[in-house]
Amino acid sequence: MSQLPFDPLLAAIAAPLVVALAIALGLPKRFSVKLAYAGFTVPALLALHCWYHFPADAAGGYAFVTQYDTGLTLLGISLKLGLNGVSLPLFVMAGIVGLAAGLYAIQSSAERLKLYLMLLLIMHGGLMGVFASVDVFFFYFFHELALIPTFIMVGIWGGRDRHYAAMKLTIYLTLGAMLSLAGLIAIYVQSGAQSFDLVELRRALTAQPLALGLQKYLFGLLLFGFGILVSLWPFHTWAPLGYGAAPSSAAMLHAGVLKKFGLYGFVQIALPLLPQGAPAWTPLLAWLALGNIVIIGLITIAQRDLKQMVGYASVMHVGYGFLGVACLSALGAGGVVLFMVAHGLTVALLFLLATSVHHRTGTFDMQEMGGLAQKAPVLAAFFLTAMLASIGLPGPGLLNFWGELTIFMAVYNHAGWMVVPAVLGVVISAIYGLRAVGRIFYGQPTDAFLAHQQNHPVADLRWSERVPVLILLVTLIALGLWPRAISEPLNATLQAVYPAVEAAATRLAP
Amino acid sequence: MNFAVMNPDLLRSAAADNLWMAIFPEMALGLLALLLLVLEVVLPKRHHAGIPLVAIFGQLGLLVGLFLTFSPPTLGQETFNGLLHHSRDGQFMRAFFLVCSILVCLLGTVALAKQRMPRIEFYHIVLVVTAALMLLAQSNHFVLLFVALETVTVGFYILVSYFRANPLSLEAGLKYLIMGGLSSALLLFGIVLLYGVSGNPNLPLHTANGMNFDELRAFLSANPGNWLAQIGIILVLAGVAFKVGAFPFQIWVPDVYQGAPTPVTAFLAVASKAAGFAVLLVLVLKVFSPYATLTVPVLGVLAATTLIFGNLAALTQHNVKRLIGLSGVSHAGFLLLGVAAAAVNPSALGAVYFYLAAYLIASFAVFGVMAHVAGADDADQELDHYAGLGRESPFLALVLAVGLGSLAGIPPLAGFMGKLLVFIGAIEAGLYPLVALAIIGVVISIYYYFGWIKAALFDTWSAPAPEGAAATRPPRTPVSWSAGLALGLLALASVVLGFYQGGFGHWVLNR
Repeated sequence: MSQLPFDPLLAAIAAPLVVALAIALGLPKRFSVKLAYAGFTVPALLALHCWYHFPADAAGGYAFVTQYDTGLTLLGISLKLGLNGVSLPLFVMAGIVGLAAGLYAIQSSAERLKLYLMLLLIMHGGLMGVFASVDVFFFYFFHELALIPTFIMVGIWGGRDRHYAAMKLTIYLTLGAMLSLAGLIAIYVQSGAQSFDLVELRRALTAQPLALGLQKYLFGLLLFGFGILVSLWPFHTWAPLGYGAAPSSAAMLHAGVLKKFGLYGFVQIALPLLPQGAPAWTPLLAWLALGNIVIIGLITIAQRDLKQMVGYASVMHVGYGFLGVACLSALGAGGVVLFMVAHGLTVALLFLLATSVHHRTGTFDMQEMGGLAQKAPVLAAFFLTAMLASIGLPGPGLLNFWGELTIFMAVYNHAGWMVVPAVLGVVISAIYGLRAVGRIFYGQPTDAFLAHQQNHPVADLRWSERVPVLILLVTLIALGLWPRAISEPLNATLQAVYPAVEAAATRLAP
Repeated sequence: MNFAVMNPDLLRSAAADNLWMAIFPEMALGLLALLLLVLEVVLPKRHHAGIPLVAIFGQLGLLVGLFLTFSPPTLGQETFNGLLHHSRDGQFMRAFFLVCSILVCLLGTVALAKQRMPRIEFYHIVLVVTAALMLLAQSNHFVLLFVALETVTVGFYILVSYFRANPLSLEAGLKYLIMGGLSSALLLFGIVLLYGVSGNPNLPLHTANGMNFDELRAFLSANPGNWLAQIGIILVLAGVAFKVGAFPFQIWVPDVYQGAPTPVTAFLAVASKAAGFAVLLVLVLKVFSPYATLTVPVLGVLAATTLIFGNLAALTQHNVKRLIGLSGVSHAGFLLLGVAAAAVNPSALGAVYFYLAAYLIASFAVFGVMAHVAGADDADQELDHYAGLGRESPFLALVLAVGLGSLAGIPPLAGFMGKLLVFIGAIEAGLYPLVALAIIGVVISIYYYFGWIKAALFDTWSAPAPEGAAATRPPRTPVSWSAGLALGLLALASVVLGFYQGGFGHWVLNR
């Protein structure tokens, strides 16, 4: 266990929020930036600390548990923090992606940098809270806390169509969030646990499961709520638009980390609490997930705009996560968690590098680029590596590979034929990924790009950009080489929770 | 009590019930109101600017005193021969109205400075209305309820048309007068019906004192399903629905909110609405509780239609005063949902009080910013006037964003916690269709609240004005330290109450 004299989880959540508050209260710019370094670094260090000290004997339970009264204990709401095998990897991933996004934002020389950093810090604090909360209410609360800055950041610093994108994003995500909230409150009320504490809810619902019809109904609410939040096809249209318009650090945090909220909600909350409601919906979920993989995959191939393409690619890959959820097995859920960590790191990397490409070419249109590798070989190498990881090739993308492989195995056990379209998705990723690399970095520079170079000499990746890239890339490769660091605690937790889910799935299989 | 055969003994025993100390805050407010008028006569004109400060600091003192004696010995008792019932909820509403009144006076100093008007009467009337509101929330008798309500309404007639040089203000006053008269008539008709039917000697537990809430309740529980009583109850509820601006009695809201001076709009939107809900809670939960099978569906229909109407109507507004009026209608819908839930399951009562508190904090933050953005023509406050606020006055823009976010129910602000508590109460009460409607309402409301934030925060390109053209928007008022302090505190309170409800959360939920 942790030897720190304070609660590492609360500190990881509070550090960015306190810095944000200090900036809001009018800290001068010099100090704001310095303090922002601390705000982004502290959570990552504390997350690594928790990971290192995570007790091997937690055995499905929570470690680092602390509970704080915020005034709603009579409703069974209290700030209960803790980590288990499912949340630990995501907590660490949130810390690392947050650090990279923060470092990238600090060097980005954005207009109104103080406000930008403040919003990003609020978002980061919320993200750390999402995965550290044991209380279902605070899980939701922190998600929303992280979501709100996204709207404002898209609206102020966004690119093309930013007002439309901000509005669309806000309305879609509010709808998804309200549906999930209604589902979560209904679970709380119906369970009779008088508590939003996930452990209590699980205990109450294991002792006395809800009626089958009610479970189906509630799972449906959560399915659509989480589905909208995670851009399940056909509720995905906000995502590519929003990511296309969002400033890079916001897109990194949202697409990389925040969007994992829904998938995490399925693995940690919906499936364990409503095991009998899930089988009724999973065939539909599997079909929609294939829609993500195949249909959005094909749309991705058609993109000319680099950032839109990365946005669509992230939406497409989320389909694998839904497919893993639809398997209703410990194997599938474990695959989803591995996949989420890999996806988060990769997507953040791609958004970051796409913006770096934009800074050098002055455009996101891939048909107006070409031959960038001659001028910026390091950027080209990083981009190629990130793209290979996104495709899931063993090597740089070893972790993505483990995640997808596990999911494919679970899918094979669940419904064998579905592996075919799922694997087709890998081919699709390879097509658009490698084509993008080719168009941007190789071949002859287009006339438009040459004209741009006349006025804006192209330099290679600066160190201030390399550091966040390296943070993400090193984490990705290290975890790919040593996935046991994630899978051991994960396995212990899933073994404790998922037998019931699997039993219900086999019993109720349609 | 039979007043027809009064004798000295009876009078003496009745007078013994008159614990004047029990209404000390109300009397002090009345005296303070008179003091303001005296000061206006006595003080030389150059010192008149200090008179509003007397009102504000006097009320702050009263507020502190109220918190120090939050549990007076009269708590839970009836005084003035059963006219008043002192309760925890009544104490809460007293503090609520005092806070409203202080903030209205503060907004008054900002808004009245832009007009050539006599000023002191404004504060005088606000204080008198506040005292009446406080009595209203504690009334235990239909006579007191009606008298207090009429005092409030008459005060508002004057306040709404206070900018008498502005035709829109006068129009608003007239509309409020006519609609207020209609609602009073409905309320009175309902009261008379209830009084009449409860005095029918052929019915069990009939009473000569049918205006008293306790006696009426006893009568109603002994006579379930009396159709005359049902009509009376519906009429009384309709009269109150006018005050809270619930559909289909919301018709006056946009015009009156637009025409009234901004501080009065705030007073109407928060205090008058809250008073309606305080009365509604007493009536539905206490007096009419034997008729819950009637009141819950009526409230449910009111809540559903109010939610739909308020949100849809607010979508198309460009004038921010009309916008906030119609969004206030949708808030009435959420609160009605809470009242309906509380009628089924009394533990939801706390949700309504929390919602009201969050609504007060957020609304006054928004109205405070409106008062600063408005020009000399108080009715002309368009969304376009907010363009560039984020650059020119980041402080006001931040307060506005927090206030609107809280009104929209965006976590982690206080408004979200209010909506959450109402939702929990409503789901526990099994009002699923209403919760579904409320969720749709939240999503719709995002569009107009966010549109307002967008107008203030996000830069939009606009054509540069030609040389010498008049400015298209009024100049912004600089923020004084007192208004800045109040607005900053309100914004901070919205944030803090969203994260940490602490003792207030316990107080609200513990019943």
